[in-house]
Amino acid sequence: MATALEKPAPTVAGLPAGRPRTGLRRYWHLYAAISPFYLLFLCFGLIPVGFSLYVSLHRWDGLGPMEWAGLSQYQYLLSDGDFWQSVGNTLVIWVLATLPMVFLAMVTAVMLNSAVRFKNVYRFAYFLPNVTSVVAVAIVFGSVFSTNFGLVNALLQAVGLDQVAWLNTPWGIKAAIATLMTWQWTGYNAIIFLAGLQTIPSELYEAARMDGAGPVQTFFRITLPMLRPVLLFVLVVSTVTGLQSFSEPQVLLQNTANESTFSGGPGHAGRTMVLYFFQQTFDNNDFGYGAAVAWGVFLVVILFSIINWRLVQRRGED
Amino acid sequence: MASIQGTRGPGRIRGTRTRGIALHAVLVVGLLLSAFPFYWAVVMSTHTSSEIFAYPPKLLPGSHFPENVRNLFHSVAFFGSMWNSLLVAGSVTFLVLFFDSLAAFVFAKFDFPGKNVLFALLMLIFMVPAQLSAIPQFVIMAKLGWIGTMTSLIVPAAANAFGIFWMRQYMRGAIHDELLDASRIDGANFLRQYWHVALPVVRPGLAFLGIFTFMGQWNDYAWPLIALTNPDNVTLQVALSQLNGTHGTTDYGIVVTGALLALVPLLVVFAIGAKQIIGDLGKGAIR
Repeated sequence: MATALEKPAPTVAGLPAGRPRTGLRRYWHLYAAISPFYLLFLCFGLIPVGFSLYVSLHRWDGLGPMEWAGLSQYQYLLSDGDFWQSVGNTLVIWVLATLPMVFLAMVTAVMLNSAVRFKNVYRFAYFLPNVTSVVAVAIVFGSVFSTNFGLVNALLQAVGLDQVAWLNTPWGIKAAIATLMTWQWTGYNAIIFLAGLQTIPSELYEAARMDGAGPVQTFFRITLPMLRPVLLFVLVVSTVTGLQSFSEPQVLLQNTANESTFSGGPGHAGRTMVLYFFQQTFDNNDFGYGAAVAWGVFLVVILFSIINWRLVQRRGED
Repeated sequence: MASIQGTRGPGRIRGTRTRGIALHAVLVVGLLLSAFPFYWAVVMSTHTSSEIFAYPPKLLPGSHFPENVRNLFHSVAFFGSMWNSLLVAGSVTFLVLFFDSLAAFVFAKFDFPGKNVLFALLMLIFMVPAQLSAIPQFVIMAKLGWIGTMTSLIVPAAANAFGIFWMRQYMRGAIHDELLDASRIDGANFLRQYWHVALPVVRPGLAFLGIFTFMGQWNDYAWPLIALTNPDNVTLQVALSQLNGTHGTTDYGIVVTGALLALVPLLVVFAIGAKQIIGDLGKGAIR
């Protein structure tokens, strides 16, 4: 290891070099300084993750004795229609939220970048939705999308269209959740894109203008390629957070169904993967199966993060 | 969208003023869309429930705010929950700032055996999703007797991988080796170097991490919902959710008033650090 090579001549060591000391005595204060994180991680991260693997191989209600179940929880997971429905729900909501979000955020960032005045006012206002708690936002959106006399339906009625039972139909539920997410994250991502745009040297744009490139050409030939690392960051973050959405559907739909606050509304149309995990574990007290669901969610999230990564990377090679 | 293309259209040198106006017009529409739910929340908090669902909808603020506030304080332990939220967010922020910056200082400025492995492990931990550890964490907390108390929220959040990574990046640039060498020649030990040399120059980085941590903890919902099993002793977000969900039909006037009041401390913190947060967020993403 490189560390072994560095030992004879440390670049910056904590104590003045002099008489030889053993590693632990010499560096103990450094290990002590980083230890809180690793201790916490050990207790509430590593042991739990290992333990959740162990739990997923058992039948367990969280209180009584564990009963060895082998891989049967995973076998059941693969054939569990409810789980696959939740995977589908999550993906549909994620696409409905992420595509408009990334598009709008990029357009907003490009415009902000060319605006000279009030830039800070816009940035502050666009960021505000992201500061607000999901609970508060979901409560407000719940009233806006309410079937009886919610604001959206009042608008539809005012222009002579039919009302939609937003929180009662499969697509209405997904659209409402996606709208909420788009509202909360567009400004945040726009500010990240804006920071990326500001690093693109203006000489590139000058050169493009000299060559007679139009704005569309400039965008696809210069802005987008230069923005790729930032786009990758935005996509990976929204994949990881979007595929683990929990609070949005939980608060929005908790009082539309009678059975469980984690049920995701009528027909379970808003029951995301993580919501399903919470329902199995903490409502049904099926800790063993819940742990298997958690590992399933983890694999789906990893899989889609990799897919996204490769998509953006490959576009770069063209 | 036509207007956006128009603003960037070529060969319209004399049209810069019109373009500028069109640009701001679109940006203002975006601003209004961002702001509207806040305005709508204010409208709802000032009306009774029956007024909120009247048709045509009332688009201007009404006069029932004091009544909604009174009803809110009657139906939920608002100040108790707010105190819990302040306690959790405040303690976590304090602990995170101390532990993360201390660890970051070590990773940024010192060499020791196993450093690379430990740092790689840290970045790996960054990726582990929360629900994988939710079940065992719950079981461990139950064994320790922490379930239902604020300790179950504070302790596991007291140090985190993101903060250490963030502060390390910041310290690598901000703390010069000459300063450290000079202080060592003056006989300063490790803790003195941390306190007197490192911390003073990384205040902006700490401010970002502090504000970010406080806001995240204030808004946290999933884990508090599970861990706080006593419905009378919860954080604000859980209390709001109870108010929204326990009754068959939601009294939006009251719930939204609560949501707005819960937002006030957060807005104060955000207003203090907005410039920092928005600026640093971008820098962090580019790095």
